[in-house]
Amino acid sequence: MSALAELVGRYNYVITIFLMMAGLYIVVARGNLVKKLIGLSIFQTSVYLLYIEPGKIVGGTAPIIDPAFTVYSNPLPHVLILTAIVVGVATLALGLALVVRINEAYGTTEEDEILGKDREA
Amino acid sequence: MSAVWPHLPVLQVLIPLFGALLAGLLRRPTPAYVLATAVSWVAPLIAGALLWQVVQTGPISYHIGGWAPPWGIEYRIDVLNALVLVLVTAVGAVIMPFARLSVAFEVGEGREAWFYCMYLLCLTGLLGITVTGDAFNAFVFLEISSLSSYVLIALGHDRRALLSSFQYLIMGTIGATFYVIGIGLLYLVTGTLNMADLAARLGPAWAEHSRAIVAALAFVTVGISLKLGLFPLHVWLPNAYAYAPSWVTAFLAGTATKVAIYLLVRFYFSIFGIAIDLRLLPIADVIIVLSLAAMLIASLVAVFEANLKRLLAYSSVAQIGYITLGIGLANQAALTGALVHVVNHALMKAALFLAAGAIFYRAHTTELKELAGIGRRMPLTIAAFTIAGLGLVGTPGTSGFISKWYLMVGALGAGQWIPAFVIVASSLIALIYVGRVLEIVWMREPSAQMAAVGDPPLSMLLPLVVLSLATIYLGIDTEWTAGIASMASTILLGGLR
Amino acid sequence: MSLDPILRVGTKLILPFILLFALYVQFHGDYGPGGGFQAGVITAGMVVLLAIIFGLKAAQRIAPKGLVERMIPLGVLIYAGTGVAGLIMGQNFLDYSVLAHDPSHGHELGIFLVEAGVLVTVSGTMTALFYAFVERGR
Repeated sequence: MSALAELVGRYNYVITIFLMMAGLYIVVARGNLVKKLIGLSIFQTSVYLLYIEPGKIVGGTAPIIDPAFTVYSNPLPHVLILTAIVVGVATLALGLALVVRINEAYGTTEEDEILGKDREA
Repeated sequence: MSAVWPHLPVLQVLIPLFGALLAGLLRRPTPAYVLATAVSWVAPLIAGALLWQVVQTGPISYHIGGWAPPWGIEYRIDVLNALVLVLVTAVGAVIMPFARLSVAFEVGEGREAWFYCMYLLCLTGLLGITVTGDAFNAFVFLEISSLSSYVLIALGHDRRALLSSFQYLIMGTIGATFYVIGIGLLYLVTGTLNMADLAARLGPAWAEHSRAIVAALAFVTVGISLKLGLFPLHVWLPNAYAYAPSWVTAFLAGTATKVAIYLLVRFYFSIFGIAIDLRLLPIADVIIVLSLAAMLIASLVAVFEANLKRLLAYSSVAQIGYITLGIGLANQAALTGALVHVVNHALMKAALFLAAGAIFYRAHTTELKELAGIGRRMPLTIAAFTIAGLGLVGTPGTSGFISKWYLMVGALGAGQWIPAFVIVASSLIALIYVGRVLEIVWMREPSAQMAAVGDPPLSMLLPLVVLSLATIYLGIDTEWTAGIASMASTILLGGLR
Repeated sequence: MSLDPILRVGTKLILPFILLFALYVQFHGDYGPGGGFQAGVITAGMVVLLAIIFGLKAAQRIAPKGLVERMIPLGVLIYAGTGVAGLIMGQNFLDYSVLAHDPSHGHELGIFLVEAGVLVTVSGTMTALFYAFVERGR
């Protein structure tokens, strides 16, 4: 019971880990290159959540010094994750560009078909 | 000059960055090449100055934006990363003359300017990982170098380069994301990202958050191991090395994996090792077992490989095993051996891949069966290949012997007989795969279509000769490599709990 | 599609306001949510809308491919150049406090220039990505 209560109480971590595993599973299990990239993006997104969630304090405000407020949320994770998001977008764009080129070179985006064509050649 | 002196740590990264930006603006092959060469030749001067300064006066700390650590990003140079800086920049500088013809031939007109832009960005990232003292900043630089290296690999002439680059992108991104997860857990536990500050704060946090810290250690280890190609995580490496443009392979083999190894050493010996007693965890055993597997299995695969570049790539996986073995054994001799092998292997492998590139430039193939007797057509190239190949085996008189000697002393000193045995066994297997190549290129009769093939032009030959002579020189005069590596490992081991 | 008068006139009417909104987001970044990233994406979105409605040629008349591709390194150059300006004026890299007569103004100016660089790079990158993928389809 207490384990369940702990899980519910930390539902944010449960969601993060679920997304992480789901993303990683898609990358490993799917043969289509575009789907692999989607899985990779989900995997990366879970990490954004991992950073952002603990930074938020319920009732906290932006860390601007003012006598009216005493509880502040940590802004640093947001800055870090803004960088990580940009990196993620760049990776996704490059990955998709590679898939376009692979599709032009092989005529397919299925990994096993591509490997098959290489084996024939 | 004195005004520039304190800014050297940031200039080390900034000059390649500006080079990359200007190359992107110029968009013409020759100016971009001249720019890349100029940057590549200035960078080792800065690295050398930093190394000299560090050896003389101790670690340097540079505060980006004037914000003091641990709040701001700190660039921190000590003997270890100064050594890696010199290595990376020296490899870049030496192989640069080779690039002009090889890249024009393999990458093709019109894409050359972007190629040099990407190379300079990759160099920026690698140097950035090395100088930074901030764990998250290291991730950003890691991704800068990775993204540009995916592009560089995809520019290979074969369509298989595209798929190799894609597979590396998937694996590399998973690795980098694992690293970020590890850093995130550490940040949750300690509230800091500065490496020195992390080392100080993890110790007190260990009692309460040991599970999170162990998880962070595991994530960081797996993440970096993916980038450095530790044995079961190396699957991206052979294809990426085989189908990338030859010059890119030489550059990446000499620098990218070595910088990842540096990052692993940094995390083990300057962060986790200082804060907690790593002997409580089975981490060293895991690293040693995987290294031994790499040394044996990857070497055996190399024996049966039909393509020269793939053979060398598998040999790289095996040689990385030697380095991680030294890290796992973690005593003075073994760690010195690992750091020396980082330098020696980088120079040897760059020479070998450049030779493969020269062969491809002249003979348009790297399939072993088509290279019969090519030694008689390209004697200087293959002679350089032979010297570097003997270094790979660990022949006395070459640099490979020195690093393996230190590793052997380290293994025996730790009372570990199995690693010592595997070092010998793996060297014998290396003798087989190098010997097999040498037999094909020297002993057999050249085929008719190789009749017109000759040694490449001087600009390609010179880097090759310099690197292979370095293999011999560093096998005789070990003051530079072993001296500095032993200084670095004394500092690293001295901080351990 | 390109003959539909509502789309054509509607797009023509809305385009300047998209750019204006991008500039608002850019300059309001000092006081509220906004900044170079968002403004850059909105600017690129304007070019994308133009290309979808009036065709790639019309879009490339306004934002030529060579310009867009040069904007990518140019923006980073503005960013890094701002950092180097601090370095030349005797402080560490990216220290903005010496850029103006007092440190607070220096920081404001520094961040303004950095955000301008981000705007140039992000809008250039997004537009270049769009061009690259669209041209592949032909």
